[in-house]
Amino acid sequence: MQIAKSWRRQPSNLRLEGTRCTGCGQLEFPTVIRCAQCGEIEFETYQFAGKGKVIVASTVYEATRDFGEHVPYCAAIIELEEGIHLATMITDVDPADVTVGMEVEMVTRRIAAQGDNGPILYAYKFAPQLQIL
Amino acid sequence: MKPNKAVGIVGYGGYIPRYRIDAAEVNRVWKDSAMPLGRSFKAVPGPDEDTATIAIQAARNAMRMAQISPEKLRAVWFGTESKPYAVKPTSTIVADAIGALPHANAADWEFACKPGTEAMQAAIAMVGSGMAPYAMCGGADTAQARPGDILEYNTGAGGASFILGEAEESLAILEASTSYVTNTPDFFRREGQPYPSHGQRFTGKPAYFHHIRAAVGELLNETGATPESFKYAVFHQPNYQFPLKVAASLGFPKEKVEPFILTSQIGNTYSGAALLGLATALDAAAPGDKILLASYGSGAGSDAFSFTVTERIEEIRSRGVSIKSYLNRTRLIDYAVYARYRGKLRMN
Repeated sequence: MQIAKSWRRQPSNLRLEGTRCTGCGQLEFPTVIRCAQCGEIEFETYQFAGKGKVIVASTVYEATRDFGEHVPYCAAIIELEEGIHLATMITDVDPADVTVGMEVEMVTRRIAAQGDNGPILYAYKFAPQLQIL
Repeated sequence: MKPNKAVGIVGYGGYIPRYRIDAAEVNRVWKDSAMPLGRSFKAVPGPDEDTATIAIQAARNAMRMAQISPEKLRAVWFGTESKPYAVKPTSTIVADAIGALPHANAADWEFACKPGTEAMQAAIAMVGSGMAPYAMCGGADTAQARPGDILEYNTGAGGASFILGEAEESLAILEASTSYVTNTPDFFRREGQPYPSHGQRFTGKPAYFHHIRAAVGELLNETGATPESFKYAVFHQPNYQFPLKVAASLGFPKEKVEPFILTSQIGNTYSGAALLGLATALDAAAPGDKILLASYGSGAGSDAFSFTVTERIEEIRSRGVSIKSYLNRTRLIDYAVYARYRGKLRMN
């Protein structure tokens, strides 16, 4: 994990900030430099609400080195309320209990760290929506 | 002490991880003997959680309740004794996550279990002086304990966040606050050590009880209030017995204190403990109620506060997330999973 790269991605990773095309209004996450719909290169920041539902999910038992400490974990594609599809991890639930259509919300979690001396990457995951009592 | 301009709480939020371990399970592994105390559980952070993630979620819940623009926060101050980085502030991570940067003061506070209430006093002063419309303070910990130590039975994880603002917008207005601090080495963790050390019985009478009694006594003298003046009283809660015992010695009956002692459900969350207790009391409070808060931090000191709940509490509170929502969300784990999640197995 490169420090500068993760630093540049902090708005996306921590606040779920993407872009809205000033030409056609197309929403994108993560940010893009040219609109895939109309070719516009001017964008405004758009903060996604962080709520969505699971479209497809799978349990990962063998992960790359950065994610090894989290196995088994659920990797999923979710659809945000704004219509964007997003690849993410689902946390705070046993992987076997994740179902298609499950309503989820963004949480910030510790994604990876380079041993005991490297920087810690904090970024979004999604968790089942909390039942508020 | 209190600021010239009236200040209060405009939003609050807490967070408690999902996982729980039964103290009897800790006892099974280390002592294999009859438990001396009643059955209790402690909250355990998941493998992707630490103090920063706990503080972030508590801060988000406070913002959700306050419904203010994050750019109006002039301070984001968090207290902890389990910082993810030894050098690099946790508070900047929290402030970034809620969108409060860059025109804000951000700092980590440290005073064993009471840095959150120190930050609260500073936030009160910052808003009360007119330097800021709003200031955020809080405390969170993934409390450390040496495997097999008595602390391991109930060192939990959790945190709470409070946003201070002008009294007119507040759900609870500060009446007064006091501090009582001495140089008492009852509990400490040396630089580079993974687990704290404590003075066992020395952590009681000359430490916890003396300091809380002094801070609360001064608060009652300063305000002219009596234990009868308060609907609820929240004390730092390293275990179930200490807050009840100090409350009784000050004249507070059990029914004003016990509902806000969370240690049998989530353990001692160190910097989060007293503040989660206050959040739980605010979840239950009605307009006109007075609430006493008394923190304790080893080393040693206590901060005491008197708040009066306003007519606005029900409207503001309805926008938030109750502490009960997290208390009821549990997944029991055994000691092996706990050891893995808490990083007690060294792989390298």
